[in-house]
Amino acid sequence: MTSPGRAGGAVVTFEHVTKRYGPPGTPPAVEDLSLTIPAGEICVLVGPSGCGKTTTMRMINRLVEPTSGRITIDGQDVRDLPAVELRRGIGYVIQQVGLFPHLTVGENVAIVPRLLRWSEPRVGERVEELLELVGLDPGEFRARYPASLSGGERQRVGVARALAADPPVMLMDEPFGAVDPILRDRLQNELLRLQAKVGKTIVFVTHDVDEAIKMADRVAILRRGGILAQFDTPEAILAAPASSFVEHFVGADRGLKRLSLAKVRDLQLIEPLTVRVGEPRAELRRRMEIDGIGYALLVDAANRPLGWVNRDELTVEGALSEEEATPGAPLLQPETTLRDALSALLGSSVQLGVVTDERDRVLGLLSVDAISDVLRNDGTWPRP
Amino acid sequence: MNDQPFFRFDWVIDNLDEIARRLGEHLVMTGIAVGVGLLISFALALLVRRVRPLYGPTIAVTGALYSIPSLALFALLMPITGLSLLTAEIALVSYTLLILVRNIVAALDGVPAEVLDAAAAMGFGPVERLWRVELPIALPVIVAGVRIATVTTIGLVTVTSLIGLGGLGYLIVNTGINRFFATSIYTGVALSVALAVLADVGLEGLQRRLTPWAQARTG
Repeated sequence: MTSPGRAGGAVVTFEHVTKRYGPPGTPPAVEDLSLTIPAGEICVLVGPSGCGKTTTMRMINRLVEPTSGRITIDGQDVRDLPAVELRRGIGYVIQQVGLFPHLTVGENVAIVPRLLRWSEPRVGERVEELLELVGLDPGEFRARYPASLSGGERQRVGVARALAADPPVMLMDEPFGAVDPILRDRLQNELLRLQAKVGKTIVFVTHDVDEAIKMADRVAILRRGGILAQFDTPEAILAAPASSFVEHFVGADRGLKRLSLAKVRDLQLIEPLTVRVGEPRAELRRRMEIDGIGYALLVDAANRPLGWVNRDELTVEGALSEEEATPGAPLLQPETTLRDALSALLGSSVQLGVVTDERDRVLGLLSVDAISDVLRNDGTWPRP
Repeated sequence: MNDQPFFRFDWVIDNLDEIARRLGEHLVMTGIAVGVGLLISFALALLVRRVRPLYGPTIAVTGALYSIPSLALFALLMPITGLSLLTAEIALVSYTLLILVRNIVAALDGVPAEVLDAAAAMGFGPVERLWRVELPIALPVIVAGVRIATVTTIGLVTVTSLIGLGGLGYLIVNTGINRFFATSIYTGVALSVALAVLADVGLEGLQRRLTPWAQARTG
């Protein structure tokens, strides 16, 4: 067993795995599945109900035994270890959480470390560390019983419990399926932030395509009967669905879905013609004529955007003032998703967005054209 | 009986030793019956959970036992076990089985499926899971069954004086009814009722202490 706090995942492979719940001849729940999940990635199993995604996940910790084929973790066959021992080394989170109602939050988190006979001081430290990691104040929550927690708090305790013995692999079966959309979004973001720190191999089951696209490093789309329809990055699946089933399953708006995968920082920004307050109008007019540009971006002394200056309005002479700027350019941050950026651009009169850094300084411009170029290419983002 | 006062406190004070002894016997007989009944019921409940088709027959047999009048059961057992404590306890234990088996099975069935799934996935073996997850969670419902069985048994133990055993029934039958002595009857009945109430309240308190989490819902 690994030491607490150590990050890292393990490679999980499926080799021709088939699971039949009935006698030979009955249709299989999972059919001849071969899949390699790289270490430290979130692999989302997604598909319509009856596609065998939960069965697939439960075969990893042997809650379901495959009928044929082999599953390995870091090269070792999962059947080499006694099931009980194997499971203590694999985290497990389910939709209904399944916290033990008769144990406190702290005791729930301590379950696997105690099964592994860690020393009590070490267990105590680990519980404290994990509650903090999932954003629950140990002083407040440690001694409480699950019945007194909210749905979101329970799910966080569930994640802390699954991480307790620092397992390289975590299984999550629709972990956010039972919470409201706003809380789901928050828990998803928390898990992504957590994963950035711990780097586990996470096998995540959902029926929600949007959740799959958001959470996954790699998506495995399964169809009825446990047949693997496509296994690739979300970008590649949205750009090039392997079959009409995949295309239909990811939805008609897959173009827009792709835009939610990329951020403004992934695109090459346009260098704007900027002009500072106090500069002479004649000089600006001359520069605009050379570049053949009708608009310039007026900025203040700290390079913060004030608005647009139109060449046709530069008829009088003298210094530029703040009042001459026409505001209205949507402000975008490098972290804004292209989907949000597009919606901001379409909603404004000028179809150019100003991208600013954390101190509101101008980094560049983003046009609607640049975003639609992304939709036309083959699924790889143009990197600056 | 008419020339006697309604209740002779002097008799109670003079016979405190005797009353205490009968109370003690009553407690012991109740304790044995409920204790042995609990052990047998527990074993039956575990068996029934493994082999579900046995649940119907088990409830039918324990239900049939429950319906036999106690005097008839004593009469049936007497040729085999005589006028002994064993005869009494066989009858008393039989009466606890229906209540206890039904309660233990229901209590274990009431453990949420997702808790069992999580326990299995975290690496609990079947035995560890039973003792450390299923039983603690089932405890409030099991104790509720034990309370009913205990109160019922305390009432039934009085009848054992008919086959020559002690307990509070001795005060009611032997020194009471047989000698037309009302004070002894009242004493026996009052103590039996008080014992039942105390046992019920005591077991409830014990359950609250053992399962603080079951109260967390409201707090």
